[in-house]
Amino acid sequence: MRAGAIKDKVAIIGMGCTKFGEHWNMSVEDLLIEAVYEAYADAGVEPKDIEAAWLGSVGSAFTGGTLATPLKLKYIPITRVENACATGMDALRNACFAVACGLYDLVLVAGVEKLKDSGYAGLPEFYFHPVYGQGFTAPGRWALIANRYFLAHGINPEDGKRALAKIAVKNHRNGTLSPKAHFQREITTEQALQAPIIAWPLGLFDCCPTTDGAAAAIICRADMASSFKDDYVLVKGFGLAVGPGLGKEDIDYKYDHLPETEAAARQAYEAAGIKNPRREISVAQVHDCFTIAELTEYEALGFCERGKAVEEVEAGTFTLEGELPVNTDGGLKAFGHPLAATGLRMCNELYLQLRGKAGPRQVKNPTLGLAMAQGGHPGMLLPVITILGCRD
Amino acid sequence: MPAIKSTGAYIPYYRLKREEIARAWGGGAQKGEKAVANFDEDSITLAVESARDCLQGIDRRTVDGLYFATTTSPYREKQCAAIVAAALGLKKNVFTADFTDSLRAGTNALRAALDALKAGTAQNILVIAADCRLGAPGSDFEQTFGDGSAALLVSSEGSVSFGASYTHASEIIDQWRTENQPFVKMWEDRFVYTQGYLANVKEALSAYLKENDHALQDYHKFIIYAPDSRRHQEACRMLKVDSQVQVQDPLFEVVGNTGAAFALMMLVAAIEEASAGQRMLLINYGDGCDLFALEVEGEPFVAKERKGVKGYLKSKKYLSYEKYLRVRKLLEVEMGRRRPPLVSSAVAINRDRKMIYSLHASECTNCGRAFFPPQRVCLYCRAKDQFREISFSERKGKLFNFCLDELAQSSDPPVIVSLVDVEGGLRFYGQMTDRDPEQIELDLPVEFTFRKMSEAEGFHNYFWKCRPIR
Repeated sequence: MRAGAIKDKVAIIGMGCTKFGEHWNMSVEDLLIEAVYEAYADAGVEPKDIEAAWLGSVGSAFTGGTLATPLKLKYIPITRVENACATGMDALRNACFAVACGLYDLVLVAGVEKLKDSGYAGLPEFYFHPVYGQGFTAPGRWALIANRYFLAHGINPEDGKRALAKIAVKNHRNGTLSPKAHFQREITTEQALQAPIIAWPLGLFDCCPTTDGAAAAIICRADMASSFKDDYVLVKGFGLAVGPGLGKEDIDYKYDHLPETEAAARQAYEAAGIKNPRREISVAQVHDCFTIAELTEYEALGFCERGKAVEEVEAGTFTLEGELPVNTDGGLKAFGHPLAATGLRMCNELYLQLRGKAGPRQVKNPTLGLAMAQGGHPGMLLPVITILGCRD
Repeated sequence: MPAIKSTGAYIPYYRLKREEIARAWGGGAQKGEKAVANFDEDSITLAVESARDCLQGIDRRTVDGLYFATTTSPYREKQCAAIVAAALGLKKNVFTADFTDSLRAGTNALRAALDALKAGTAQNILVIAADCRLGAPGSDFEQTFGDGSAALLVSSEGSVSFGASYTHASEIIDQWRTENQPFVKMWEDRFVYTQGYLANVKEALSAYLKENDHALQDYHKFIIYAPDSRRHQEACRMLKVDSQVQVQDPLFEVVGNTGAAFALMMLVAAIEEASAGQRMLLINYGDGCDLFALEVEGEPFVAKERKGVKGYLKSKKYLSYEKYLRVRKLLEVEMGRRRPPLVSSAVAINRDRKMIYSLHASECTNCGRAFFPPQRVCLYCRAKDQFREISFSERKGKLFNFCLDELAQSSDPPVIVSLVDVEGGLRFYGQMTDRDPEQIELDLPVEFTFRKMSEAEGFHNYFWKCRPIR
């Protein structure tokens, strides 16, 4: 990877995001139209300006046609992207490469997921083999990181569970400041601690909801961005590290940290020229599908030392008023998690924060933001990271 | 002279106290408890377990026949013995056969095995009987029936040799289960036991003794099938044998009547307690009678790891009646509104059959590291297609990591997501069964067990799980 090859080459000039939640009366197509037309309006572009598009969807789309059909995009290249929960952000990443290389000036990225049509609570079960790989859920697979992580760092499990509860409380609070978030109510630490256990240490309030939603971005060459808007946002770097599933077959995979996420962070920081993420990053959106994910991601992303995340949570480091605010819009926990829309929703929050448009949850004078969408589960992660920054 | 080279048994982990059944339905409770197969067990998986027990310390390549007996075959069309042979990793040219539909199926299989040995068409035949029958809720059968399995390796040489034998067929409608009935049915009990069971046993024993010019006193131990404890005592009285001294304990109070497996389980228990020079008579009933004389010639072969009836009786966990209804699927229970794992593929199973049935891993021939599932490209040295397959079903391991997944669908929640570091340096990612969720901790010693995973696509999907060492 050539450091700096993508930095400042591509700009985000418009974004859109539906309200996340239970959209009983909206289809996949409706959600896409809502998000994309909001992005068109924000960028000040028309459908005919779109030269190419990328559509991210884990299970709600078939092809690029799922985007072309409702939007009536005629005969342009559209690629459907699927990379688990990294899908939406990976769609953005690939679109940025196409613009950076000079092939297109202006393209569209969208991510959509319609989970509430299934009739089932929670996500469908994902399996890696028709016979032996069945019987596990997403919270179960994520709960696996808790035992060894707590043990490796001498964390009393009760202290660990309390830190998880505090992350849930923080994200629920941030959600109340986000009109488009799925959940708009605060919870207490005690409520989170007393909630029914789903997969220890994860209780109900440690798990994100199943949500419908879509988000979209209009991106263009950085050198033409100012013709659309003054306060565009620049892409600084990406990281994507796909794990080969070592956790289930490698006795050296220890389940006490997230090696894939650390690898993706190294790529992203190198691409963006970041030496000290804790100091340089002003605001971050990370993948809190479960609170234990957010806790361990603090360390994997270099926001704190290994084994110190519980102490940092207790110190309030990642609250809206803290040193490095994380999940300012409520995260997956409160904003919701329509799989492929999530990565773009995170970028949307950075896009608002970096331009000072985040309203009551606005972070003071941010310059650099990080978003990380985590596909897979401990033992087989595929994290994707986007670093965005204010225009020069 | 055909002989028994090795024996094995299997008794499920769960037990149901008969007073617990009486609590649910009122009325009297028979004495003791019964063994209950877990939700992921059926006659095939029970058979695999007792066969593994029997084959401890035996070279599996020497087995050239596998006879499987049951009245509760999971398939109406499809051979169970072939599935059991696959799980045991037996050689390709093993002769497999199912003996089904009769309580005498276990001894029918044994007789056929002895005939094959006498005829010289086989040297080592594994005879396995397993049953998990259901009595209708509230019935006497519900109290008497238990689940279990026995296995005998019958060979041209061994420490327990077979002597004379006897058989007769007898048609009587005493006890039955038609194609579509889930529960065993019977005619009025006085008729059934006097005209069926007792009359047949008496006739068979008399005929056998007369044919061979033997007397009761020529035998030290009688192993007598009976439908229940009361009839067992009646039979002993009728045959004039001392039920305390001369008769093998029929396991009613600790296991229950295990159907086609019952007589052979009693035989295995008898051999476990036998001393050299002991002469035994085995009598089985079901649509007729089978009799076998046996003599213990030397110290029976017992491998170090073998658990047998004695070993499996020691490890158990009690069920409530409500949980019994759930694990035996006697009641449709809400499993949560989750998408059921209904996907399977006969093609994928066929392609991965060694991994799925025989629990194969790959061992890199370049660097020696081993992986499950088998990998073509080595994770460590990246050597491509340089591996040999090894089975690790008999290895032990330690629970490296786990979680209790309360959301995953199961008849016995929570699902224990388990990462096992197996002896020899490989990792297994799967489920744990036969466990007490409160007793699970990191580094717990575990072993592997063959289980039914699902009924996806209308057929039974089998694979291996780990369990705390029993």
